[in-house]
Amino acid sequence: MKKCLLMAGVLTAAGMAVALTMPAPPVMAGDQLNITSWGGAYQVSQRKAYFEPYAKENSTKITEEEYNGEIAKIRAMVEAKSVTWDVVDVDSGRAIQGCAEGVLETIDWSKLGLDRSKFTGGDIYDCAVPTILYATVIAYDKDKLPNGPTTIADVFDLKKFPGKRGLQKDPFINLEWALIADGVPVKDVYKVLSTQAGVDRAFKKLDTIKKDVVWWEAGAQPPQMLADGNVVMTSAWNGRIYDANKNSGKHFEIMWDAQGLDWDLWAIPKGDPRMDDAYKFIAFASSPGPQADQTHWISYGPGNQDAIAKVDPAILPNLPTAPDHIHNALLTDPQFWGDKGDDLRQQFTAWLAK
Amino acid sequence: MSSVALDQIPRTADGVPLKVRLRQAERRRQLKAMGLVVPLYLVILLAFVVPIGVMLFNSVHDDTLLTLMPKTTAALQSWDGKDLPDEAVYAALVEDLKLGWKDKTAAEAGKRINYELPGARSAVLSSARHAAKLTQGPYKQAMIDIAPIWGQRDIWSILKRGGSAFTPYYLLRSLDFQYDVDGKIIASPPGNAIFRDIFSRTLIMSLGVTAMTLLLGYPVAYLLASLPLRISNLLMIMVLLPFWTSLLVRTTAWVVLLQQHGVINDLLMTLHIISQPADLIFNRVGTVVAMTHIQLPFTLLPIYSVMKTISPSHVRAARSLGAGPFYAFWRVYFPQTVPGIAAGCLLTFILCLGYYITPALVGGPTDQMVSYFVALYTNRELNWGMASALGAILLAATLILYYVYNKIIGVDRIKLG
Repeated sequence: MKKCLLMAGVLTAAGMAVALTMPAPPVMAGDQLNITSWGGAYQVSQRKAYFEPYAKENSTKITEEEYNGEIAKIRAMVEAKSVTWDVVDVDSGRAIQGCAEGVLETIDWSKLGLDRSKFTGGDIYDCAVPTILYATVIAYDKDKLPNGPTTIADVFDLKKFPGKRGLQKDPFINLEWALIADGVPVKDVYKVLSTQAGVDRAFKKLDTIKKDVVWWEAGAQPPQMLADGNVVMTSAWNGRIYDANKNSGKHFEIMWDAQGLDWDLWAIPKGDPRMDDAYKFIAFASSPGPQADQTHWISYGPGNQDAIAKVDPAILPNLPTAPDHIHNALLTDPQFWGDKGDDLRQQFTAWLAK
Repeated sequence: MSSVALDQIPRTADGVPLKVRLRQAERRRQLKAMGLVVPLYLVILLAFVVPIGVMLFNSVHDDTLLTLMPKTTAALQSWDGKDLPDEAVYAALVEDLKLGWKDKTAAEAGKRINYELPGARSAVLSSARHAAKLTQGPYKQAMIDIAPIWGQRDIWSILKRGGSAFTPYYLLRSLDFQYDVDGKIIASPPGNAIFRDIFSRTLIMSLGVTAMTLLLGYPVAYLLASLPLRISNLLMIMVLLPFWTSLLVRTTAWVVLLQQHGVINDLLMTLHIISQPADLIFNRVGTVVAMTHIQLPFTLLPIYSVMKTISPSHVRAARSLGAGPFYAFWRVYFPQTVPGIAAGCLLTFILCLGYYITPALVGGPTDQMVSYFVALYTNRELNWGMASALGAILLAATLILYYVYNKIIGVDRIKLG
C-alpha cells in the first residue's frame, strides 16, 4: 500500500508538472486578429505604429503573442489544422523555409494592393512581405568599456577583450562572423559556408570563445545583459540597442562592422481562418505612413521604399542602411538559410551540448 | 433429508435467500466505491496512460517517408542494397518528388532524411524542384546529374528503411547509435554523439542535488523536530514560504544573486575576498545551487515528519546507558530517520531528473538536462520522434533506478510521515 501511495505521489507530482506546461485553449472571437512577433522593444514599436492604429481604424481587437522564431510552432498549428496566429513576423530564412515547407500562405500581391517592386527584397519572397531591414550587430557599454571592439575579429580576441560575450543561441550570423573573424572576406562567406569544411571551420573558430559565451534567445536579453554587466560585449539587434539608449538612458555603442543585414517579414500561416483580416492588416502595416512612423520607436529600415522619404531625417543615421554603416555590412543570404537552416541548427545544437 | 437441508437456507422476510441478498448489497457497495474511484481512474488514464502510451508509440513509429514517398519506398522493397537501385526505382522517385514539389511536402521528406544524412534536405528539395520539370526517362542518370546524392547508396538505404512505419532509429540515436549504409548498427560519429553524455549528466546532477539537499536539510529537519513548538513553527514557515513561491520567481532570484555584478559577487568584492567577479551563473555551480534551493523542502519535509514520530526518550535511554552523544545519535536516532531520508531523497531525485526551467535559466549549454532536449525537439525542431525517444529512455531509466532503489532500501521502509 505504501508502495502504491508513493508511486501515486511521484506520478501526481509529474502530472502536475505536465498540466502546468499545457497551453491554454485558444480563445476564439469574431473581430479579433492575433499577431505574433519577437517581443520587447520591437513589438512595442509595432504596437505603436501598426497594432493600435489598425485596431482603432477597424475596431478590431488585436491579441499579441511573442516567439523566438520557432517555425516549428507554426508547423504544429498548420498540421493540427488549428491556426491561431493570423499574422507572424518571420525573419528571412524562416520566410523561405516556411514557404518551401508549405506552412506559410503564398502572398497574393494583388489582394494586398501594394507594388511588390517597392519592397526591398520583395521579389525573393513568395510567402511574405518585407516589413523592416534590421542588423545583427555587436554592441558594448561605453561607460564600462571606453575603447570597445572595432572589428569582428575583436569579438573572438580573448586577450584583447577578456570577459564574457553574448551571442544568439542560433547558428545564424554566428557562423558567418566566425568565418569573417577567421579571415574570410565578407563577400565570400556564403561560398565558404556552403561546404561542410567551411561549416567545420566556423565551428572551430567558435570553439575558441565557446566557454566565454553567454547565449541569449530573446531579443530583449542582450541590452539587459549589457546593463547588468554580465557581458563585455554582445550581439544584438540594432533597434534594441537604440531603444535602450533612447528610452533607458544607456550609453551603448554599436560596432558597425560585418553587421548582418536581414529582413523581417509579415507572413500568414497556411489555412488561417481569418485570412482576409490578415491581408488587410499586412496591407495597412506595409503602407508608407505607418512604416515611416515605426522608425520613431525603433531604428529599423522600412521595408517599403516609399516610406524612406517620410522618415524623420534625424532618425536616418541610426538606420542599419545608413551610408556610414554599410561599408563592410554582411548581407545575409535568405536562400542559404532557408535551405540549410534546419541542418545547421541541428549541428549547432550538437556542438553546443558538448 | 435433502429437502430439509434446502428449507434450512436462511432467507429474508420476502423469501429471497440471504446469500443472494448479501451479494446484491455487496455489489451495490462495490459499484458505489467504483463510482467514487472512476474520476481518478479517468484522470490517470487521460493524463498518464494515454500521453505516455502515445509517447512510447511515437518513439518507435515514423511513417513520414512511407506517406510522403510511397512509390519509392514500395519500389525499394525488392532492392538488395548492394548496388544502386534500378531505373524503376528512379522513376518512382521522380513521381514522388513531382508530387512532393506540388504539395510542398518535399522539404518535409528531405528533413526526415536529413536526420540521418546531413545535407540531404537541400539536395532533396532541389531535386524535387528539378524533377518537377522532367517529362520522360531514363530517370536514373537524370537524377544523379541533378544531385549526386542519388548516386550513392546512403540515401537509398534510408529510404528503404523508411518503408516500414516502425523504426528503432530514434531510440538508437538517443543512445548515440545509428545505422550505417549497410543497415548495421554502429556508434554515432563524435559530432552527433551527445546523448549518453546528457543522460549521465542528468543522473549525476540529480544525484549531486539530492546529496546536497540531504546534507543541508537533515540538520535543519533535526532542529525543527527538536525545538519547542513555538520556535519551530516560525522556522517551519521560513522553510515553507520559499516552497510556496513560484519556481520561476525563485530561479530568477538566483539570477539576481549570482550574476557577474550580482549581490554575492559585489559583496565578496567589497570585502576584498575576490578581486575579479567569480563565475557563479550560467554554469554548473549556479544550476546546482538553484536546484538545491528549490528541492530542499522536498527532502526536508519527509525527514522532519519522520523525526517528529521518534520519541526523545530513545536517545535519553541510550545516553543514560553510557553511549556518547554521537554514538547515541548514530546508533539509536539516525537509523530511525532512514525511512524519511529514503522518501525525501527519492522524491527529490525523481523530480530532479525532469528539471527543465532552472537549468535553462541559470545553466550554461553544457548543464542542460534531458528535458531541455525534449523541449528543444518538441518546440524548436518539431522532431517528435527524438523527443519521444528521449522521454521513453528517461522513463525507462527512472523505473530501473526505482527498482534498484527498492531492492537496496526497500520501498516498504519508506515513510512520508
